[in-house]
Amino acid sequence: MASLTKRVLNLNKLFKHVDNYTKRLSSNFTYFPDNEKPVEGETLKMNMMQAINNAMDLTLKNDPTAVVFGEDVAFGGVFRCASGLQEKYGNDRVFNTPLCEQGIAGFAIGLATAGATAIAEIQFADYIFPAFDQLVNEAAKARYRSGGQFACGALTVRAPGGAVGHGGLYHSQSPEAFFAHAPGLKVVIPRGPIAAKGLLLSCIQDRDPCIFLEPKILYRSAVEEVPVDSYTLPIGKAQVLREGDAATLVGWGAQVHVLLAAARLAESRLGARCEVVDLVSVLPWDTETVCNSVKKTGRCLVAHEAPLTGGPGADIAAAVQVSAPLLCCCVLLWADVCCCVLMCAAVC
Amino acid sequence: MSKLIPSAAKLFSGTSVITKAAAPAAVTSNAKYSTKSESTFEIKPFKLHKLDKGPAQSATLTAEDALKMYEKLAALRRIETASGNLYKEKIIRGFCHLYSGQEAVAVGMRAAMRDVDTVITAYRCHGWTHLMGVSLVGVLAELTGRRTGCSRGKGGSMHLYGKNFYGGNGIVGAQVPLGAGLAFAHKYRGDGGVSFALYGDGAANQGQLFEAYNMAKLWDLPCVFVCENNGYGMGTSVDRSSASSDYYTRGDYIPGIWVDGMDVIATREATRFAIDYCSSGKGPLVMEMETYRYSGHSMSDPGTSYRTRDEVQEVRQTRDPITSFKEKIVSAELVSPDQLKEIDTKVRKEVDEATKQAKSEPEVGVEELTGDIYYNNLEPYIRGIHPDAPLQHVNVVPRN
Repeated sequence: MASLTKRVLNLNKLFKHVDNYTKRLSSNFTYFPDNEKPVEGETLKMNMMQAINNAMDLTLKNDPTAVVFGEDVAFGGVFRCASGLQEKYGNDRVFNTPLCEQGIAGFAIGLATAGATAIAEIQFADYIFPAFDQLVNEAAKARYRSGGQFACGALTVRAPGGAVGHGGLYHSQSPEAFFAHAPGLKVVIPRGPIAAKGLLLSCIQDRDPCIFLEPKILYRSAVEEVPVDSYTLPIGKAQVLREGDAATLVGWGAQVHVLLAAARLAESRLGARCEVVDLVSVLPWDTETVCNSVKKTGRCLVAHEAPLTGGPGADIAAAVQVSAPLLCCCVLLWADVCCCVLMCAAVC
Repeated sequence: MSKLIPSAAKLFSGTSVITKAAAPAAVTSNAKYSTKSESTFEIKPFKLHKLDKGPAQSATLTAEDALKMYEKLAALRRIETASGNLYKEKIIRGFCHLYSGQEAVAVGMRAAMRDVDTVITAYRCHGWTHLMGVSLVGVLAELTGRRTGCSRGKGGSMHLYGKNFYGGNGIVGAQVPLGAGLAFAHKYRGDGGVSFALYGDGAANQGQLFEAYNMAKLWDLPCVFVCENNGYGMGTSVDRSSASSDYYTRGDYIPGIWVDGMDVIATREATRFAIDYCSSGKGPLVMEMETYRYSGHSMSDPGTSYRTRDEVQEVRQTRDPITSFKEKIVSAELVSPDQLKEIDTKVRKEVDEATKQAKSEPEVGVEELTGDIYYNNLEPYIRGIHPDAPLQHVNVVPRN
């Protein structure tokens, strides 16, 4: 242990950022666009906001029961994800709600239970807590408690989450862990435009209520060539974005890009090839892909923006220990992932 | 009630002390320039809900009151101009919601309030904080995240606090049930105080408001629910968000008053009435203050996509709370234009100086990132971004 600590300390000296664990670093990161197209056909350059807009546009076009609503959604919502949809589909299908999150969620659950495809926007994930009871006690349990007779599977709740660097207390939270406690819900977080479109369409078409948390920092900064046709991507299936044998790096949302940067750094500095896994959904999460990867690499690092205490990282770390015991697994949050990856790859 | 009288008397005397201390020397010396010592003004009729009698339809203003109120109005406007500029210079980070256009609500209410009364409001709170006794630097330095800010630079624009001022609150409508709790404390302690719980027309549609209404009426709490109706909940106008935009009637079983929130005399009279009503044990009251906000909902909203520039311009020209008050008191010969000009200059200078100071004060130290999370943190540290690098929990403010 002593020698391990010493090696860590030495590494600290080697890399100039390593002693900055506790210093606030900016939320800047390098965005790694997806190059693989999920489907063939025409593509269009879209940022994540446009990709989400496009997914809702296709849904409204193809599904006459679909409705989109939320605070200020009529003019597109504060992040403009619903821009132009009211003009195109009318104010009976795309409309503003009052500022009442509990009401929005309950209303959406009722609407979905009656058979409509309900796409509700909560303006910021930080504002979702008044709706928490409705989502956890009503939406999640509707199918079970009615013996399978009633359900609100056609419900999708979209909410921008995650850090932007200046959001403060009420515009930066990552509440995925709260919802991950609730069987009956699905919690999905995309890492960029292609994933966002495919996953949002999956959530909308899925027969269970889905919480779709959009990393707001990616709305405009993430740009990719997105297929214009409708397509879906599987919920509950993690994606291996980069193959390697030195360590498994697991994340979701914007954090995936931090891990990709860390993996690149580990390779250039240490010649260590890390495997990067986008978990895609936090509930359910793909134990198989993650654990198979860890069995191969022998090391695992989970990074998330959400708080460490009771966070999904602990869940993943525990599952990894069960399926691949005695391997090194570490959970950490955002900053200095790069440095920790270097240490993980070098020390463990 | 006998218990209330001595405490109220003490508080009234407290008010006069504060007034004396706060009254600027310039005002006192200038008072002689005005030709009349007091004047009576008509007030746009209040609308009443389940009340037999409302506030007086006219009010008398002394020259001294007029100058004091004008100074407060001017200070609030100036604070917001400074805040807007600091935000554009990226010295204020995060979120910032301006009160410009709504000043008459806060200034009139504060003029009627006693020191025992408490206030809780939402995130449009800069002006309220100052009126509740926090210095200009205390407000502006909080906005710029400096240690001398009224929340140690840790609260920012939405979370300003002061004595008897239970905060700016960031979550729409969340402060209103707290206001009912504050009212219960007044009643339980028997201090004769009234709790003012302020919220906007947007928040008026939050479910928890109605829960608070019910508790307040059930237990006859001295709570005034004040709906500052500025016409828009973020980007949605009242007609598009509310089944009934008669917010003063929305307490149903709670009596209500509609008030012209652009008239500082009206808001003062209504608040006097409300204090009298609530502190006499009759239970809660709803007051709707109809007002207008000039800026967007927050700094990231230009405020022009859901209303026309002409509409904003028209309000500025015909209903501006400061201009209209100025015209009233000048034409009544309560004050002279020169006196008002002097106040403008003085306020501008004070806010400019405070702004300068708010830029140069030291920022809150990074160690306070994990300061005062708990009263007593059972672990010595707070888990940080890495399990092996915990952050020290520090007690910044002394524990009592």
